[in-house]
Amino acid sequence: MSSVNTTAHSVVEPTPRVKRIAGAIVILYALVTMIPLAWIFLTSVKSPPDSISYPPKIVFTPTLEGYCNLFTTRTRQTPDYIQSLPAPTGTCDEITRNRNMVIAGPSNYWPRFGNSLVIAFGSTFLAVSLGTLAAYGFSRFRVPLADDLLFFILSTRMMPPIAVAIPIYLMYRQFGLSDTALGMILLYTAVNVSLAVWLLKGFIDEIPREYEEAAMIDGYTRLQAFWKVVLPQATTGIAATAIFCLIFAWNEYAFAVLLTSGSAQTAPPFIPTIIGEGGQDWPAVAAGTTIFLVPILVFTIILRKQLLRGITFGAVRK
Amino acid sequence: MAARTTPTTIAVRVRGLSDRAIAWLFITPTIALLLAINIFPLIWAVYLSFTNFRANRPNAEVEGVGLRNYQRVLNDPDIWIAMQTTAHFVFWTILLQTVIGFALAYLIDRKFRSHAFWTTVILIPMMLSPAVVGNFWRFLYQPQIGLFNYIVSFFTGIPPSSFEMLGSVSLAPWAIIIVDTWMWTPYVMLICLAGLRSIPDYIYEAAEVDRASAWRQFWSITVPMALPFIMLAVLFRGIENFKMFDMVMLLTGGGPGSTTEVASITLKREAFESWLTGRSSAFAIILFVAVFSLANIYVKALNKVKQR
Repeated sequence: MSSVNTTAHSVVEPTPRVKRIAGAIVILYALVTMIPLAWIFLTSVKSPPDSISYPPKIVFTPTLEGYCNLFTTRTRQTPDYIQSLPAPTGTCDEITRNRNMVIAGPSNYWPRFGNSLVIAFGSTFLAVSLGTLAAYGFSRFRVPLADDLLFFILSTRMMPPIAVAIPIYLMYRQFGLSDTALGMILLYTAVNVSLAVWLLKGFIDEIPREYEEAAMIDGYTRLQAFWKVVLPQATTGIAATAIFCLIFAWNEYAFAVLLTSGSAQTAPPFIPTIIGEGGQDWPAVAAGTTIFLVPILVFTIILRKQLLRGITFGAVRK
Repeated sequence: MAARTTPTTIAVRVRGLSDRAIAWLFITPTIALLLAINIFPLIWAVYLSFTNFRANRPNAEVEGVGLRNYQRVLNDPDIWIAMQTTAHFVFWTILLQTVIGFALAYLIDRKFRSHAFWTTVILIPMMLSPAVVGNFWRFLYQPQIGLFNYIVSFFTGIPPSSFEMLGSVSLAPWAIIIVDTWMWTPYVMLICLAGLRSIPDYIYEAAEVDRASAWRQFWSITVPMALPFIMLAVLFRGIENFKMFDMVMLLTGGGPGSTTEVASITLKREAFESWLTGRSSAFAIILFVAVFSLANIYVKALNKVKQR
């Protein structure tokens, strides 16, 4: 920026033409990459016949049928029976009846979504708490074999989830943890804590030690200094780490599908099982997917500056 | 120096827990959790790999079988085919993602107007759940109704129902490679972008003074300086794709036949469908040792490149 004023033309600044071409290609890529996501949303507001018509419909009458089907289970009835019922009580009821069906009850989507929330937030809270303590320990004290321990923590991420799933499955069956939210929280905490330690160590390393030393000279103990000086300074890093842990736990599928089947099932294994009359009910699947993806879209926008650190375990800083 | 610091340490020890105690107090919970939920299962898997235990028959007699499980796994042609499928999948996804990702990063680094916004847009796919998105891609790939076949036929004129991305033996691996590339190219792009941004301007200015051509600058400055970052991206993608499970499971489930059966899918089938717990544990251990040693060798190479 400043070089613009001092020199007539910086040699490394691309020319406007180069910029325009680069911009055009990148924007084209971004638009193409967005097509599947746009299609998910469009499908979620289509009626089932529109969703499977060919050629794929871009112009159609939007309907909430997909969302309605997602949140309820329905049974098919004869037109006579439907005629005999009292007037429909809500929009959803009305949509359903147009297809000769009546609502039998709520579907399992919200409980699964709730499980996802409980497990993701629970494991994130634990992973970040444990990770902050451990990261502070590694950052500030001379721990014997610190490098080996840190590498050990990292290496736990290299295992294919299915490889440890067998013994975890047996262990959970033994302790009554299979298909419980607590079991999943502990498992995701263990997976996430490695990321949390590595990321937070990077953030805490950047807080000058002098702050705590000053506090301790003022009469704080080490723990008080940690609590009152280091933690507030590390808030941004902790928040970023938390969102990364949250995204992992939110998106995880392999452990979820192997270790949960009913009451603790999360949304990722549930969404593919949404079945309509002729195979998957695509508008409902798309509706479930859309709702499921919204938090992640928000987090991506919040996180864009920290993204690089999070995905590389802090190995690259930006 | 030493004389000055000694009194503070004593003072700290008197007023609260010693530093050493705090260090252990802070680190132990994490280590304990990892031991309980990662290392203990791993050791258990090692133990199981030497037995004929089957998880669906917990009351049956468990016998040690020595190295027989390992022998069987290593002699099983199906498992070698799965390893080849995995290698094929890892090779192509990494190649495509590195080339496209680097090219995108290079273009974004030209800093055109609104590049920050479009970068964020491009990053969205990698934040999503591979399983949930993979499931939806199955819909996009439907030969009769899917958007993918429609777009392909729109541009090439090939009738849309004449090819089945997920049902055809030759196309199914590519169907997965396309989705994986769609999803993870942004990942490589982001790391490459950090690499490009780390190259100081003065090097290009010096090259410009020496009248190096743009092509020469690209190969002698840009690529070598960004190489450690590219290699880091390849390492992370390699490990992730080696153990890839969710997306493949939802897209093809390993089919048609076993053309897309990557190692994780074979492992899942052996462990949770055939219930050959001992044998699948042996396979899991072999996989883990393979990833771990490859990653270690690779990190050594990476460090050499970094030091240049």
